[in-house]
Amino acid sequence: MKPIRMLGRSIRDAVKSVIRNFSLSLASISCITITLIIVAIAIVASFNVQNFTKAIEKDMTIVVFIDNEATEEDVEEVENKIKKISNVESYTYQTKKEVKEQMQQESEVFKTVLDTWSDEESPLKDTFQVKVKNVEKIKSTALKIESIDKVSVVRYGEGMVDKMVKAFSSIEKITYIVVIALVLVTVFLIVNTIKLTISARSREIGIMRLVGASNITIKLPFIIEGMILGLFGSIVPVIFTTYGYLAFYKHFDGYLYSRLIELILPEPFIYQASLIVIVIGILVGMIGSASAVRKYLKI
Amino acid sequence: MDLIRVKNVEKRYKNGVTAIYDLNLAIEKGSFVFVIGGSGSGKSTFIKLLYREEKPTKGQVIVGGLDVAKLKNKKVYKLRRKLGIVFQDYRLLPKLTVYENVAFALECIGEKKDIIRIKVLKALEDVGLKNKVHEYPDHLSGGEQQRVAIARAIVNDPKLLLCDEPTGNLDPDMSMEVMKVLEDINKTRGTTIIMATHDKEIVNKMKKQVITLKDGHLVKFKQKGTYAE
Repeated sequence: MKPIRMLGRSIRDAVKSVIRNFSLSLASISCITITLIIVAIAIVASFNVQNFTKAIEKDMTIVVFIDNEATEEDVEEVENKIKKISNVESYTYQTKKEVKEQMQQESEVFKTVLDTWSDEESPLKDTFQVKVKNVEKIKSTALKIESIDKVSVVRYGEGMVDKMVKAFSSIEKITYIVVIALVLVTVFLIVNTIKLTISARSREIGIMRLVGASNITIKLPFIIEGMILGLFGSIVPVIFTTYGYLAFYKHFDGYLYSRLIELILPEPFIYQASLIVIVIGILVGMIGSASAVRKYLKI
Repeated sequence: MDLIRVKNVEKRYKNGVTAIYDLNLAIEKGSFVFVIGGSGSGKSTFIKLLYREEKPTKGQVIVGGLDVAKLKNKKVYKLRRKLGIVFQDYRLLPKLTVYENVAFALECIGEKKDIIRIKVLKALEDVGLKNKVHEYPDHLSGGEQQRVAIARAIVNDPKLLLCDEPTGNLDPDMSMEVMKVLEDINKTRGTTIIMATHDKEIVNKMKKQVITLKDGHLVKFKQKGTYAE
């Protein structure tokens, strides 16, 4: 019962203090709001980038063509060497016959053309289809495979996709830096808000210490105050995320620019993103107030 | 039985000033003790050592079985709950009523509301302010404000009441009014009272135990003493 009573008292004191220092509270809340809107955009963007990078990664394959004169032992050796490359996730092997059958199934034109060759004359080659763990390293993996004996040609999705993945990953990094900088500014503002509250209540704090209030009893109202500021600051960003993403998704019909970039379905994504925004808001408020309490509340 | 035992205590402040030299004394439970001496004699430091506002540089300060010198900052509240403290400047919260000021002490330690009500009204009755519960401190005389502060100090039934110049801001009539309240508390509640003062008249009139300090040294510890220069 006693902890609940103390918590109730702390919350009451914290709310009172937010109202008493309204203008400064408002400044902190606004700063948190702006930060969290950018954080929300960063979250939405980075989740989507991750989503479609994963989709692309799933499709990205290195195709390894084996020399025609390679024997079965040679193929086995190539397989062993591919297996040993750390970035290789999995691979499948197709003989030229299987490749031919697959191609014939894919189109009528291929079927008639390929039928003109006997199995011995076939221009097709035995292939390994290799999937990689890290798409960013696909190029070096492809080069490694190419250097293996009896491998004639190596192909992978060079070009557009490669560049896009790189561009998005650098955008992600820049966003992180901006978010971190903004979070720091916000924490600083909250520290100052709480510092003012502490100095406004220094007499009260002194008396609390004299009559035997425990340290946590003295600190708790200030920490809760920071959390309240964070919570209030996350209201607008949550609305922004929810309705903003819904509108965005509707406007682009679920795809950005091309069918390649598929957006994440709004539900339950917007709820998860909102929750993350609220948690970040409360955490930022708590960290700010906790550091102010540590600095200015000499206990 | 001794409530307070002070052994070989020395207090040197960071600026190099030594406020107390090799102090040894014991104070019995239920006694009323004046601590007298001129400015810089170490009266206030002595009181501060007892409620662990200051730590002794050397020696032991034992209050109610608790070794105050060894008490960690985090645990100081355990000591403070066992004692009440009254200052010259009352230290009341101006925005709270008399009742709320006294109740504040109990709220801070998480006491239940109904128990708070009973204890606060009893404490205010003991200091003779039951008819002023809804007044604000600014509307009270100095003596009355000090009595509110005393009520706040005794509301949690402490074994020990420390007073640092409680009559320093009061005229003689009001001072006597406050002293009467303190004497009553000492008698009816059995609370041990230690009061630092330089008010000769009060000390001579009350005929209580007197600890005389001079330049940080204990000069005299007398039963039923007077203020002798």
